[in-house]
Amino acid sequence: MAEERRFSSASGAPIALRRRQHSASCRELSVRAPRLQLRSLSAATSAVWLAAYGLFALSENSMVLSAAIFITLIGLIIYLHFVKIDQESLLVIGSLGIQVTSSYASGKESTTFIEMGQVKDVVINEAIHMQKVIYYLCILLQDPEDPQGVSEVVPLFQSSKPRLDCLIEVYKSCQEILEQRKTAPQSS
Amino acid sequence: MVLKVFFPSCCSSADSGILIGRWISEQSSAVVLAVVHFPFIPVQVKQYLGEVQRVTKVSVSVLGSWSNSKQEKEESLSEFLEDLGTIFCHEPWIQISKEGDSKFWSCSTLQKHSQNPQEEEIILVYYDQRKVMLSHLHPPLDTTGQRAEDASKLSAVFDTVARSRVLFLTDRYDEGPIKLTHWQSEGVEASIIVELMKQASVPACMLLTFLLSLVSGVCRSRVLKFWPLSFLWSKLSTCEQLGHRLQHLQVISSNKKAQNQTQLMRKANIFVSVLIDVALGILLMSWLYRKNRIGHLADTLIPVADHVAEELQDLLQWLMGAPAGLKMNRALDQVLGRFFLYHIHLWISYIHLLSPFIEMILWYVGLSACLGLTVALSILSDIIALLTFHIYCFYVYGARLYCLKIYGLSSLWRLFRGKKWNVLRQRVDSCSYDLDQLFIGTLLFTILLFLLPTTALYYLVFTLLRLLVVIVQGLIHLLVDLIDSLPLYSLILRLCRSYRLAAGVKFRVLEQQDGKPLRLLMQINPLSYGAVVQTYRLPTYSCYPRDSWASLCKKLFLGELIYPWKHKGEKQN
Repeated sequence: MAEERRFSSASGAPIALRRRQHSASCRELSVRAPRLQLRSLSAATSAVWLAAYGLFALSENSMVLSAAIFITLIGLIIYLHFVKIDQESLLVIGSLGIQVTSSYASGKESTTFIEMGQVKDVVINEAIHMQKVIYYLCILLQDPEDPQGVSEVVPLFQSSKPRLDCLIEVYKSCQEILEQRKTAPQSS
Repeated sequence: MVLKVFFPSCCSSADSGILIGRWISEQSSAVVLAVVHFPFIPVQVKQYLGEVQRVTKVSVSVLGSWSNSKQEKEESLSEFLEDLGTIFCHEPWIQISKEGDSKFWSCSTLQKHSQNPQEEEIILVYYDQRKVMLSHLHPPLDTTGQRAEDASKLSAVFDTVARSRVLFLTDRYDEGPIKLTHWQSEGVEASIIVELMKQASVPACMLLTFLLSLVSGVCRSRVLKFWPLSFLWSKLSTCEQLGHRLQHLQVISSNKKAQNQTQLMRKANIFVSVLIDVALGILLMSWLYRKNRIGHLADTLIPVADHVAEELQDLLQWLMGAPAGLKMNRALDQVLGRFFLYHIHLWISYIHLLSPFIEMILWYVGLSACLGLTVALSILSDIIALLTFHIYCFYVYGARLYCLKIYGLSSLWRLFRGKKWNVLRQRVDSCSYDLDQLFIGTLLFTILLFLLPTTALYYLVFTLLRLLVVIVQGLIHLLVDLIDSLPLYSLILRLCRSYRLAAGVKFRVLEQQDGKPLRLLMQINPLSYGAVVQTYRLPTYSCYPRDSWASLCKKLFLGELIYPWKHKGEKQN
């Protein structure tokens, strides 16, 4: 079963949170950021090309124009493939682990899977980001030597930066599944 | 705990039978390796599993039953399958059944000796058996056989499949009591080319070892160890590079099989690197010798050396006048300038003496480019060093003079203030001087101080020239280092067979149906290119900067001689 709700990110952009429950111990939470707008793309392209025409008028060198086209194309490809993240999702499978996926605008997906044995807890933390204090969700990884220690902090939803209300929803969903591993009886 | 069943996707269409694999009780997961079909005799199955267990050291056992029926579920078959659970007593007995072409299978467990007989959730994870078997998980585990159980869940799964290779050697066409289905049950695949190369590699390795032993015997002979020659060999970067490549070739041609994955990858990387290096070198050589480009190069060498010498002479004339409007001490200026001019004159005479032989030497030296592009680049670096030897000499003269002056000045400055450097205590102490000592000291101090700008200017100019040459040589060495240490085989493997180098796994949730177990697809998450380069970098005799920026500046200021690049074999001074 799936449900979708609208929230806003830390910078005010509208984002959507989709929750899917695949089974009793498996949940998928994905945060979708707004897609690349046509008007911002055209604005950027027109600005670059106007600047190129201005330079061409000054220098009478046609290489400037072809260089501008080249730069625009390469820049767009780099932006879509490496920078623009469309969707970030969290797949929590109780007793297997947590999978964090980021999907880029060009279709590329980058995934990390953290096994349940390494996960200590999922918490909401505060951080100072530029001139703001924002909340972010993170996974605390267990230190293998020290049972009370934390070896690493993995921040989630870094590019969409949801606000606290969205984070609380995600936090509650995750904790419901994480609690199951504490109450599950040990196998003989 | 939730029960996880790792099921190979190649067995999805297998006929009914029993499942064999490994049960990992701490994680409550079952890794299914193959399906044994009817008819079989239970005693023979147990015997076979015992043999497999002995060979692979993996505790393979019968895990449950698998029924693939084209029509609706047959009651008699399901009872028969339950009875099998009593013969192969395994706790818990897993029963998976597939009806017709349905994607959603039903999975149940039979627990006879459980304390709480509640329905536990089952997760069905499909995996590609061939890819998981061939894949290598990073970071690699440093475990022996016993600790494999403590390791993380997924590495245990990978480990199980990788070590059960012998199970996958029998295929459907073998005549035996056991009929298995696994990824190779359609017939064992092999490549003729790979087999031929394996056969050819043994005599090739022996030949290469013999040749290399001859070459290293010659290199180690006493003749080449006399003092002037050994000093020369240590300074030339070509000899270092050749020695390095010799070492590499020795690694490749050794008869010992690679123990583990890291050694195998290193051998393969070295092999591909040497191959590409030699190919590029031969390409360069063919380009150089076509249209007699090397003759043209030799012809331009002398004019270039002349041109550099002329520029240096102009520079010295400029310094002897009033450089940048600064007023120099005429006498010292003339002395230093004339000294350096004479040095340049000597150098030019030597170059002109050599000029008839240059073309021949260059022609033969250019032939050695067939040993590899790195060797050619090292030779280039050495030629640059030899051609700019006079700049190096000037730098040393200027630096020594300047250094002497600075030390003299600092010591006399201490005398000026009534202090002295205590060598025993390594610190500055106060000292009472006699009047005549003070007088002479002050005189000398004044002389040195007023001569300082002249010496400092010469030192500055020649240090800058020397640094320029060092930077050019450093760039060439960086390129050589890059070619030496880049793990090309690993990068090509990551490009073409990305499942071999795994950073982890990723799960995809497949279509679900209520009441049926959760279906996941486990795929291999390949290592990123940066991580591949970092993990499999070949070690080099790397020339990395010996000093930090701060100590370099300090040395320059004090006039100490700088040797910016440190080789790994050198002792620390």
